[in-house]
Amino acid sequence: MNAIGIGLAAITAGIGIGLIGSYAVQAIARQPEATNDIRGAMILTAALVEGVAIIGMILSFLAK
Amino acid sequence: MTRHLHILFLLITLSFSYALKANSELQNPVHSDSAATHEELSVTDRVVEHIMNHVADANVNHLGTIKEEGKEDHHITIELPCILYRKATENQAGKWSFFMSSKFHHGHEAYEGYKLDEHTGRVVDANTGTRDTFYDLSITKNVFNMLLGFIILSIIFFTIKSAYVKRQGQAPKGIQAFFEPIIVFLIDDIAKPNLGDKYEKYLPYLLCVFFFILINNLLGLVPFLGSINSSGNISFTMVLATCSLLLINISGNKHYWQHIFAMPGVPKWALAILTPVEIMGVILKPAVLMLRLFGNITGGHITVLAVVGLIFIMGEYATKMSGATAGTLISFPILLFVNAIELFVAFLQAYIFTLLTGIFIGAAIEEHHH
Repeated sequence: MNAIGIGLAAITAGIGIGLIGSYAVQAIARQPEATNDIRGAMILTAALVEGVAIIGMILSFLAK
Repeated sequence: MTRHLHILFLLITLSFSYALKANSELQNPVHSDSAATHEELSVTDRVVEHIMNHVADANVNHLGTIKEEGKEDHHITIELPCILYRKATENQAGKWSFFMSSKFHHGHEAYEGYKLDEHTGRVVDANTGTRDTFYDLSITKNVFNMLLGFIILSIIFFTIKSAYVKRQGQAPKGIQAFFEPIIVFLIDDIAKPNLGDKYEKYLPYLLCVFFFILINNLLGLVPFLGSINSSGNISFTMVLATCSLLLINISGNKHYWQHIFAMPGVPKWALAILTPVEIMGVILKPAVLMLRLFGNITGGHITVLAVVGLIFIMGEYATKMSGATAGTLISFPILLFVNAIELFVAFLQAYIFTLLTGIFIGAAIEEHHH
């Protein structure tokens, strides 16, 4: 069950980070002069999404 | 081109050190902790045990073991001081013990009623084999790593400081020139946009947190130093997150507290839901900072060692040598890649921790104009 929990957390975070990355790349392609701002926002949002995945991972370790 | 070769060489050394250490500890079958059962563990269980022992703290920094036929194993370790306090019982008063972990002779001998568990590297009671009869305040391998990072950072930053004093008005040189862009990046990218003109007040904390996390992350990747997982320890990240929590809430102005307890412009009934959520948010923000750093660094160490463990698992399930060769061919490129990612993550996580701390402090000291 733990492995399934970790897998689900990884899938959801993967979808989230994938969307963030795809839109960030699109945004940079449309407005290359705003690259730095977009990159900052992208890293921040990716970190927040990844936080959820990590909480899921830790909880699935704890729930033995 | 030579630069790329240097980086590749560094990564190969790094990966090799993991493989060597795992090799020395996985070759002989390890028995489970309950010695009475003498149950032999499967290779997968041994890999998991090795990983968990690596990720956890230990009282001795074990770098590796040299095994030779017909000779006693030669352990290469950095011995660390043990500071133990035996709890007072009815018959006996509490007692302090100070000694180096070399007194244990790698788990072969007991000393002052303590012995070293050979697999976990932790001090246990010689009679009961548990850790609940004493307090362990030792310099463990995580503390060793932190102190090492502290010393390196002190040397670097005192050098930089004296360089700025000596070379006033001139272009930076040497190590100063290496760190100036990083510090300027932190000021321009984290401090100024989030904290406005009060940034100088909070800059020391932000720089301190950034470089301390960074040096601990990087020391965790240094080959042949034990690759100690100190920044992937929950107590380490908890202390940093608690510092951030205190700094955010102490510097919070009246708007910040007003937005927590009575969000302006929200109907009264909604406050019944919103206020508990906001109060939870005060704790949750640093709690997530804590878990993010812990999860990322521990996850990285586990991933690297799991890929190393693949060699041994494949060696066991295929015929010994050919399976191990195939496992090595598969896992070594993956290992190089994962290590490269880990180097990036070491910088990224230090940056994220600092950035989020900066954003939270910025939100707490922001002046509102209604």
